[in-house]
Amino acid sequence: MVQSISTLKCASRIEILNEGGFRSDGRRQYELRSIEIDLSQQGHADGSAVLTHGLTQVLVSVFGPREAKMRSQTIHDRANINVELSIAAFSAGDRRKRSRGDKRILEFAAAIKSTFEPVIQTSLYPRSQIDIFVQVIQQDGGFLQACINATTIALMSAGIPMIDFICAVSGGVHSTSPLLDLTLLEENDVPNLTVAVMPKTRKVSLVTMETRLHVDRFEEIFKLATEAGQVIHGEMKAAILKWSKGLVKSMGHGNQDRDGGEVDEVGFD
Amino acid sequence: MAEITILKRTRTEAVVTQRKFFKKTARGKVIKVLRERYLRDDVSCGIDHCRECTDAQSLPVSGDLQHPSFPNGHFVLPDTNVFLSQMDLVESPLFTPPIILLQTVLEEVRHRSLPLYNRLKALTRMDEKKIWVFYNEYRAETAIIREEGETPNDRNDRGIRKATAWYNSHLKVNRPPIRGQPAPKLPTIVLMTEDAANRQKAVKESMTSVSVRKYVEGMKGATQLLDLLAAEGTSEIEPTKAVAGRQALYPDYLPTTALLAGVKAGQLHQGHFNANQYNYLEGSVPVPGSSKPVLLVGRENMNRAVDGDIVVVEVFDEKEWKAPADEVVDQDATLKNDDAEDSADEGDTEGHEVLTRESKILQSEKRSAERQPTGRVVGVIKRNWRAYVCHIDSTSLTSSNSTSLSQQTVFATPVSRLLPRIRLRTRQAPSLIGQKILVTIDRWDVTSRYPEGHFVRALGKVESKEAEQESLLLEFDVPYRPFGKAILDCLPKEGEQWVVPPKSDSSPDWKNREDLRELIICSIDPPNCQDIDDALHARPLPNGNIEAGVHIADVSNFVHPDTPMDSEAASRGTTVYLVDKRIDMLPALLGTNLCSLRPFVERLAFSAIWEMTPEAEIVNVRFTKSVIASKAAFTYEEAQIRKDDPHHQDDLARSIRLLNTLAQKLKAKRMAAGALNLASPEVKIQLESPESSDPIDVEQKEMRETNSLVEEFMLLANISVARKIEETFPQTAVLRRHLPPPRTNFEKLQDILLKRKDMKLDVSSSRALAASLDQCIDPSEPAFNTLVRIMATRCMLSAEYFCSGSVGKDTFGHYGLASPIYTHFTSPIRRYADVLAHRQLSAAIGYTPLHASLHSKPYVEHVLDVVNRRHRMAQMAGRASVEFYVGLALKGRGEREKKVGGQAAEVTEDAFVIRTFRNGLGVFVSKLGIEGLVMFKKNMQFDAENYTITVRSTTIAVFDKVTVRISVEKDKNTQRGKVKMNLVHPIDSSGL
Ligand SMILES: [Zn+2]
Repeated sequence: MVQSISTLKCASRIEILNEGGFRSDGRRQYELRSIEIDLSQQGHADGSAVLTHGLTQVLVSVFGPREAKMRSQTIHDRANINVELSIAAFSAGDRRKRSRGDKRILEFAAAIKSTFEPVIQTSLYPRSQIDIFVQVIQQDGGFLQACINATTIALMSAGIPMIDFICAVSGGVHSTSPLLDLTLLEENDVPNLTVAVMPKTRKVSLVTMETRLHVDRFEEIFKLATEAGQVIHGEMKAAILKWSKGLVKSMGHGNQDRDGGEVDEVGFD
Repeated sequence: MAEITILKRTRTEAVVTQRKFFKKTARGKVIKVLRERYLRDDVSCGIDHCRECTDAQSLPVSGDLQHPSFPNGHFVLPDTNVFLSQMDLVESPLFTPPIILLQTVLEEVRHRSLPLYNRLKALTRMDEKKIWVFYNEYRAETAIIREEGETPNDRNDRGIRKATAWYNSHLKVNRPPIRGQPAPKLPTIVLMTEDAANRQKAVKESMTSVSVRKYVEGMKGATQLLDLLAAEGTSEIEPTKAVAGRQALYPDYLPTTALLAGVKAGQLHQGHFNANQYNYLEGSVPVPGSSKPVLLVGRENMNRAVDGDIVVVEVFDEKEWKAPADEVVDQDATLKNDDAEDSADEGDTEGHEVLTRESKILQSEKRSAERQPTGRVVGVIKRNWRAYVCHIDSTSLTSSNSTSLSQQTVFATPVSRLLPRIRLRTRQAPSLIGQKILVTIDRWDVTSRYPEGHFVRALGKVESKEAEQESLLLEFDVPYRPFGKAILDCLPKEGEQWVVPPKSDSSPDWKNREDLRELIICSIDPPNCQDIDDALHARPLPNGNIEAGVHIADVSNFVHPDTPMDSEAASRGTTVYLVDKRIDMLPALLGTNLCSLRPFVERLAFSAIWEMTPEAEIVNVRFTKSVIASKAAFTYEEAQIRKDDPHHQDDLARSIRLLNTLAQKLKAKRMAAGALNLASPEVKIQLESPESSDPIDVEQKEMRETNSLVEEFMLLANISVARKIEETFPQTAVLRRHLPPPRTNFEKLQDILLKRKDMKLDVSSSRALAASLDQCIDPSEPAFNTLVRIMATRCMLSAEYFCSGSVGKDTFGHYGLASPIYTHFTSPIRRYADVLAHRQLSAAIGYTPLHASLHSKPYVEHVLDVVNRRHRMAQMAGRASVEFYVGLALKGRGEREKKVGGQAAEVTEDAFVIRTFRNGLGVFVSKLGIEGLVMFKKNMQFDAENYTITVRSTTIAVFDKVTVRISVEKDKNTQRGKVKMNLVHPIDSSGL
């Protein structure tokens, strides 16, 4: 009886990469999903961003730097970064309710925190705290990459000084073919990883892997993901530039357009 | 590095590209599924010289110009049903138009039938077929979404029409008229569909659309192709008889949802339908949770199931349970008068006659007391229909005028006794008499007693070697096409001239390879062996121990993963040995030359080398890639002579003797651990000469000490390698196991042995079984022990390859060999599992990195599934080939004796009774290795409890030795050859 169900399933299973070189959503191996970045103000946050990779959507709100609320968390020579992650119950297919104390959620929050600690210039704000609230609104794979990319943008929109962007992208290997920016369907099927890079220095600030991957394959997909980080960086840069131009204009003294060069400094010098 | 891009999606596109839906999981949970799709404008049309599309193209620029209806050339764009119902037509080499295969169609075929999908995929890869897969769902202009109220079917039909329209305009746009020249002739896109409504819609939207039949009728060579059309297609053209007036002979199947729900709730049971080869009115379905299979008695209860189908059965109330019939019921005899044409309306008097005859058989059957569950088929989960080798029944022809081209309905009788007769229509009936033909089943309606099918092609005259050989290969699904160019291109370009390069530090072939050319290595094989996989050596070490080595052809040095040659070998799985033909897994250049460890030449090898104490205890083992130069290629007989002859005191003889002593000790240890000495009927066919392949005689295979010598060392190598790869790759190691048989399998044999011979079979463990088999001796009958072993072997499960991470570690064991772990390493030329084991061992010793696919559990599982199936099929094909030649040899022997004796002499042989029926005896002729049936015309006095039958006051029991007269007889109607046996002793049954 088990067989009947599995044969039916087998027949309807979707090909990850077909012979025409297309993935199940019509992309080719190295094509990333559509990215949308919305920097409009969300509530009282000092900075916020809604970032969408395909159907995965994340909202990040940043508060601070502000005075640390709790004594115990103040650090005398730099700001404390506090990351809280919540996943909307309706975001994923199975509607599983994850509480804030869920071990997996805490792990992800810690990963996000440690990814950003080296780039935020915390020493400029001793004894204060920066709160990052990450909300996952919809999930279709690449959940961590979306969280990290949205956090980068939100931090910038809050004007928090950073030494570099952090751009994350997921990748996986189907049989022997590398794939970038995986959907949920793909994530469930292929060994995969998420890589976060700092585009200026090309340093890698995070690599996570939850499935086993052979070391030779790892190297290949890792290189590709690093490269893809640069592409995402371009997209993020353009969004920030557009937003800051709008900001400058609305402030009324925006005749001195920068010529599109390094926008990295816009928010934080 | 590849270019990485972001696909931008506009907001307006989102309607088409995003989809949210709810899905119910296997556990009944509802989940939300999000899908999106990116539409693109770079999906290629596949037509050569297209201005716009730059991908690799495969369709000729003006399509096909042969069809008279389309003088400007055309491309065929079939809908899903064309592939579902007319695959034989599409596969025919005579059907050559360029085909545009839409993604929508391909996916629907996949959804509806996996076997057809696989056949279709295979076609798309063939060079001879011009098929282009157009990914219409990803191209912006052709992608569609299901509209409200639209059925999935209608949606797909609309998509297919949209793609057809797009192709038309795409051709137009890319071939604009040039000023001053006549407008270019645009080829036609022909939408091929059996759905009349869809055709009308297409024509209204000014497309060209035809039915399959109409298209084929217009073609050259239409007669041959028309026969390939499936029965389904014909009813539309010429409705046979008043279908509505037909009476249902079988109950309808339950809907799939009801079946699944019933199975889940435990009210219904699912399993494979097994037809009974002795009685066509009976079948059985083994179901989980019941130690005995569910018995299906009668046509109605079998309800149109064909051997191999996955069916759902309902079990009857316990009051109705029965024992299987003890009678042989032959389909040909019972149904010989049934008329193919008339039985189209089964309700009439003629049909009644058959039914009465059959029900009489069922009623008259006396059954023994031992009951098992009975039931009926209520639905089919999956049909496993394929093409069957058949004979046309000449009596079913209405006209045998050989020039008659009128359509006739005839019966095709499958060669396999497990299958029902198939009714088919053909215009070529007279010319098919006396031929082996290939027939597929298309459908089996409730109103039709027989399944309906269609003729695929003729294989040749009955009993011609070519036809018999090909039908054997087809019947067991053995891929036998010659290797294609892409595969042969993978061979070393030096071809026959390839040699191991001279030893040097810079040579990549010598890197990390041990130079074992000086070792006294030899190979020992059957006579005329061309693919020498293995060679051995042994020599004393200064410390008193012995070094023994097994050297295996280094196939993985030539066959690399991800090459056409590798995929072909993986799908073939094994070399198939027929009596007169070998169908190679790898091209002959490798198998019989470059990889074959021939004597006196240097060859690359993969060596396993042990240090052993003189008591054959392993001190250590190591594995290394090596270069060897074998010093001799012995046959078993030559090696035996060399070993036994004390005059031979050379290194080779000493090496063989050393190996032999070790092998004897290894064997003793294995036996002590409980390994089984199994037996299967093994005979050898003596061919007059390889060319004529006329069998002269059948003889039994002789077993020598040297056979056992080679066997022991191969087992040792396999076990050592299995340990090593399992240790290195615990998740994906390629291993082989033999599960212990369920005890119930032995019940019958135990009972027979106890009652007839007062012998006990202890099946509590393999060791106990081995010991009790040793006790099954009849001092007056030396062959008796072998017979019991053969029968015991049949009670066991077969060994299988598996992926180490996929099953519990406690089930790794090999029951027959009594080894906790086992694999196949020693025959990489002829078994694909060995090639995988080589790759894994090579990675385990750090010689090469392991290919990613061999790290993937699903991949290994998939490949081994295929290999297991091929392996089973190859064994059956080999056995069937032997049977065919035994038949020929018998005929030959009969004729020779006739010449000598002057009168029609028949072959008589001793045989053991292995089964008793109410109206016959099953016998085994050990000298010929064949099983046969002695039939009586009427029922005899039969004692099922004691396995005896009494004929004219002579009682014959299972295990009795009898003498039978064997003759080969052709069925008058079907020309099917049949081995016929009559009793000669203790009584003559010729008149009975
Ligand atoms: Zn084109």
